[in-house]
Amino acid sequence: MNRFDYVRPDTVSDAIKALATPSSRILAGGTNLVDLMKYDVEKPACLVDINRLPLKEISETTEGGLRVGALVSNSDLAWNKTVQARYPLLASAILAGASAQLRNAATTGGNLLQRTRCYYFYDPSTACNKREPGSGCSAIGGVNRIHAILGASDQCIAVYPSDMCVALAAIGASVDVEGPNGKRSVPFHDFHRLPGSEPQRDNTMSTGELITSIVLPPVDFGINHTYLKIRDRLSYAFALVSVAVGLTVKADKIEDARVALGGVAHKPWRDPTAEAMLKGRKPETALFVNFADQVLAQAKGQGENDFKIELARRAIVRAMQQAAAGTPQDQSNKVIQ
Amino acid sequence: MDQSADAGISTSLVINGSRHELVLHPWVTLLDLLREHLELTGTKKGCDHGQCGACTVLIDGVRMNSCLVLAVSQDGAEITTVEGLGTEGDLHPLQAAFVERDAFQCGYCTPGQLCSAAGLLSEGHAHTRAEIRENMSGNLCRCGAYTNIADAIEDVMAQGAAAREAAE
Repeated sequence: MNRFDYVRPDTVSDAIKALATPSSRILAGGTNLVDLMKYDVEKPACLVDINRLPLKEISETTEGGLRVGALVSNSDLAWNKTVQARYPLLASAILAGASAQLRNAATTGGNLLQRTRCYYFYDPSTACNKREPGSGCSAIGGVNRIHAILGASDQCIAVYPSDMCVALAAIGASVDVEGPNGKRSVPFHDFHRLPGSEPQRDNTMSTGELITSIVLPPVDFGINHTYLKIRDRLSYAFALVSVAVGLTVKADKIEDARVALGGVAHKPWRDPTAEAMLKGRKPETALFVNFADQVLAQAKGQGENDFKIELARRAIVRAMQQAAAGTPQDQSNKVIQ
Repeated sequence: MDQSADAGISTSLVINGSRHELVLHPWVTLLDLLREHLELTGTKKGCDHGQCGACTVLIDGVRMNSCLVLAVSQDGAEITTVEGLGTEGDLHPLQAAFVERDAFQCGYCTPGQLCSAAGLLSEGHAHTRAEIRENMSGNLCRCGAYTNIADAIEDVMAQGAAAREAAE
């Protein structure tokens, strides 16, 4: 780990001032940043410890949703009684990720800003366009079992590792960001980005900006939701493929469907065109298979991860069956019903 | 706070009930502070990357991986390590249950397992064996004592339930 300066502002405006230098980094839970610093992937000149900022509340919005402060821990969010009652899909996805210790330390804002777990990104002795723009991508033609099947570019095939963000994408959250030019609200699908020719940019935030809260709109999937995560171990592993589903079903017809995929792309993946096709249809397996085929029509394997395309197809169908039946995946008893 | 990082940053921590007034470089992790500066070597360094759980301690009663925590960021916090859970003459119920159930082989992961289990019990979210296993998945045991670790935790949970019933 390199040497660095350390400041601990008490206000958001002081934090934004301290973040004006591009080589400053925000320290919140530290579960990813400190690790990256140990690998010399991150070498900040200054850490801005934001843990004293007043961003730890979960409050009601006037629209009937919830505002989650950026410093609410992943555990506190997942076990919050209101979140469990009104956003069980979000609670379930959070509890599918990491370990209890990491969820206790990791924050809501930090979860959105964690970096990919691509092996090459973590290894400074290899070429990686995300870590060192222009150096090349070692994963293309390399070891790429965990890599992207959708939305990748010839510069980067990394995937976004978060579980929480897959649920936030399905819920249609927005992200409140504050920076030197004031405040703005970013729809979730515009927050993370595809790699394109700038894989070093995971998201659409600018230098000096800080996430202050995540806003959950009022959505109610009732019992028709699930977070299904497929991974190499039963627990404490990143998703090979995960699926968050929220359905609104009235009189045996789908009124609204949200299906977000994790582990397959540089951001949580949704296909609004395919989702629109579900509206007014009877929720049944044949429809789910058609939907999965449409979502994965452009999917492309990289060799070692070719299996993910079929895995994703089956996971989408199974997750939609779970959501339609109102039998969400249990995150402790991992038997997939 | 206008202290130079090179000169060190004043940090006050209560560790196992004792207050420590420290001047620390910001790049010192809580794990290295405990082991290298304060000679509290009960907390173990396994992977040093938050993947194994050997370094688990309680920070203000909440279990975390001390290898990923910068010590200066915990100014004002209360830390409990395995040394603070119990003593040889007065074992914590989890320590007694780990002995009773033979919940270790080499013992290297045990301090982290104990602190993690203590955190699990105070969180109160795990009730079934499946939930214990899921909520202990952040603690690896290369000897594979998982079955006995889960047994020990179940024992202590049952003791707690029995004690609550007796009190009612």
